[in-house]
Amino acid sequence: MSDKVPVTVLTGYLGAGKTTLLNRILSEPHGQKYAVIVNEFGEIGIDNDLVVGADEEVFEMNNGCVCCTVRGDLVRIIDGLMRRKGKFDAIIVETTGLADPAPVAQTFFMDDNVGRKAKLDAVVTVADAKWLQHRLKDAPEAKNQIAFADVILLNKTDLVAPDELSEVEARIRGINPYARLHKTERCRIALPEVLGRNAFDLDRIMEIEPEFLGDGGHHHHDHDHDHDHGNDHGHEHHHDGGLKHYHDEEMQSVSLRTDQPLNPDKFFPWVQDLVQTEGPSILRCKGILSFKDDDARFVFQGVHMILDGDHQRPWQPGEKRESRIIFIGRKLPEDKIREGFAGCVA
Amino acid sequence: MTDPRANIPSVVERTRPVKAGAPVVAAHFLGQTAVFVLGEGALVLAPRAGEARSVPAHGGAILSTAADADRIVTGGDDGKVVAIDAEGHSTTLATDAKQRWIDHVAVGPAGALAWSAGREAFVRTGKGSERTLEVPSTVGGLAFAPKGLRLAIAHYNGLTLWFANAQSEPERLQWKGSHLDVVVSPDGRFVITSMQEPTLHGWRLADRKDMRMSGYGARVRALDFSAGGKWLATSGSTQLILWPFQGKDGPMGKTPRILAPTEVQAEVVACHPKQEVVAVGYADGLVLLVRIEDGAEVLARKGAGAPITALAWNASGTALAVGAEDGEAGVIDLG
Repeated sequence: MSDKVPVTVLTGYLGAGKTTLLNRILSEPHGQKYAVIVNEFGEIGIDNDLVVGADEEVFEMNNGCVCCTVRGDLVRIIDGLMRRKGKFDAIIVETTGLADPAPVAQTFFMDDNVGRKAKLDAVVTVADAKWLQHRLKDAPEAKNQIAFADVILLNKTDLVAPDELSEVEARIRGINPYARLHKTERCRIALPEVLGRNAFDLDRIMEIEPEFLGDGGHHHHDHDHDHDHGNDHGHEHHHDGGLKHYHDEEMQSVSLRTDQPLNPDKFFPWVQDLVQTEGPSILRCKGILSFKDDDARFVFQGVHMILDGDHQRPWQPGEKRESRIIFIGRKLPEDKIREGFAGCVA
Repeated sequence: MTDPRANIPSVVERTRPVKAGAPVVAAHFLGQTAVFVLGEGALVLAPRAGEARSVPAHGGAILSTAADADRIVTGGDDGKVVAIDAEGHSTTLATDAKQRWIDHVAVGPAGALAWSAGREAFVRTGKGSERTLEVPSTVGGLAFAPKGLRLAIAHYNGLTLWFANAQSEPERLQWKGSHLDVVVSPDGRFVITSMQEPTLHGWRLADRKDMRMSGYGARVRALDFSAGGKWLATSGSTQLILWPFQGKDGPMGKTPRILAPTEVQAEVVACHPKQEVVAVGYADGLVLLVRIEDGAEVLARKGAGAPITALAWNASGTALAVGAEDGEAGVIDLG
C-alpha cells in the first residue's frame, strides 16, 4: 500500500552528530512535515513539528526466539501518531547512541498494526570520522549501527587528515560494503540522500548494486544522481583504487552470486534453516533471485530471523539473470553459507 | 462472486447515518445520544433527534476513551484527561505535570477513574482522593475489577493488581512478554490480557492459574465479555472467536466457539448488554450481529468500504453505534 507513512531511523554513537542531522532535517525548507520520536526531550525545539519522547523499551516476543524483539514504545507511539495521520508526511525515529537498530526494524515486520500503517524507509547511521575507529574496538553498539545502516554519514571529516579518513572509510567498508556512504562536515548533506530512500522497499533492493559489485574491484562511481548539491561534499567521487581492504575480525558481509538458476524447493528450506540457526548473528540480509522456470525476479530481505520476500517484476529482455545475496553479521560461517547456497542451484 | 450473506436478515435500512468527518476510534452511548470519538481532537455527539455536533476535547490526538452512564472520559497526547457529558460540556479532570501522553483511561465503580502516562498509573476515587503507582514498564492497558477499587494494570512481563485505597502492596502476576489490553471478567474471577503476539493470556485470580488462548492470525485488539460473562468475544481472526467462561475453570482445556467466518479480519467486537449477541465489525466495513447460541447472523452494515473501528450498544441494547476508519458512522435503531 502506497499510503503508508515512511519512517527513517537515525542511529549513531554518542556525539557523532545525530542531533545536528535531525536539526538540519527539521529546519531546512523542504515543505515536509515530520513527526519526530526522540529519546531525549528538550534537545530540539522546533514548534511546528510533532515531537514525542520514546522510552526505548525492547520487548522479547514469546516465540522462543531471543533475537525477535520489538520496541514496545514504538508500537504504542506509532499507533498514537496515526490518529493524527495527515498532519505529517513522514516519521523520524532518533535512537540513543547505545541503541541496537534491530528491534526498531523488527517492529515494522512483527507488529501488524505498525506494519499496516507505516513502513521503514532507511536506517541512517551518523559516524564520527575522528572517533569511530576507537568505538569499533570498544563499543559493540557502534559496530552494529554501521553494520545495520542503509546510509552512512561519515561526519566531522574536517577534523581528520585525509589518510585518517580513508582509513576509517576502509574500516566501515570492511563491515558494511553496501551502504551508501557520504562524507560530511556538520552533517551537511542534501536531504534526499537521507530521506525518502526506500531502502527497505523490496523493489529497491537494486540500490545495493554499486557497492555489491565493489567487493571485487571497488569501482563505485555513483555520481549519477543529485548533482545539485554544490559544495556539499555530498556527491561521492570515491575513486577507491587506493582504498585499503579491511576484513573486520568480528563483523563481516558475505556476498554470494550465481548465474545458474536456483531451485526454489532447495533455496527456501535452506535460507529458512540458515536464519533459524544463525539468526542471532545475521544482522541483515538482502537478495535478488532467479529461479528456474520463473520469469519474475524474486527479491527478499531480512533482519535476524525474520525474512520478507516477493516476486518483484519480470526479468527484462537482455537482462542478465543471476542471483545475488548478501549477509551482514557477526562471525558468519562463510564456508557453510557458500556451500549451502551452492547446493540450491537447480 | 456470490455473496454468502445475500439472504440473511438485515437491519441495514434502520441505519441513521452520521457524518463524523474524520477517522472514528471509539464509540459510546450517553443515554440515547451516540458519541463517536475521533482520532484527533473532538467527539461527535449524535442525539436520537436533531443534528449531530462536534465537541472539542483535546489539542491533539485522542489516545484512549472509557465511559460510564454519565460521561465519556478521554486521554490525549496533550497530557489531559477530559470528561464530556451528554450535553457536550467538557471538563478537564487532570493534566499531566510533564505533559506526557495519556495512553490509557478506565472508569470504575462509584465514579472511580484511572489513567496512565508512561509507567505511572493514577487512580482517583469518586470522592476525589488520588493515588499513583509506578509499574515496571510502560502501562499497556488498564481495567477496574467490577467490585472494590481494584485496578488491573497490564505491562511488560505481567500484570499488577492494585487495591488503590488500601495500603497493601500491589500484587504482581508474572507472565513473560508484552501485555497490552486488559479485561476483568464480570464476576471478577478472571483477568485476561491481549499480548504483543497474537495470543491472549489469562489468570484465575483465586489460585493465579495461568491460561493461554492462542491460534489467532493477528494481534487481538478487541475483547469484550458477553452479557452475564459466559463468553469472551475477541477480534484477531477472520472469524468471531468466543472463549467459554461459564465453568469454574474458564476456558482452560477448552476450545473456543468460532462463528461468523469471513475473508477479512474482525476488527471490533461489542457484546449486547442484555442478550448473548455480539456485534462484529470487519476490515471491509461489514458489521454482523451474531447470536452466540446458534451462530445466527443479522446483517447490520454491508462490507464495501473502510475498516470498522468502533462499535457500541446503548444500555438497553436497542441501538448500535458504528464508526469506520474513513469517518463514516451511523446509528442502527433496533428498538
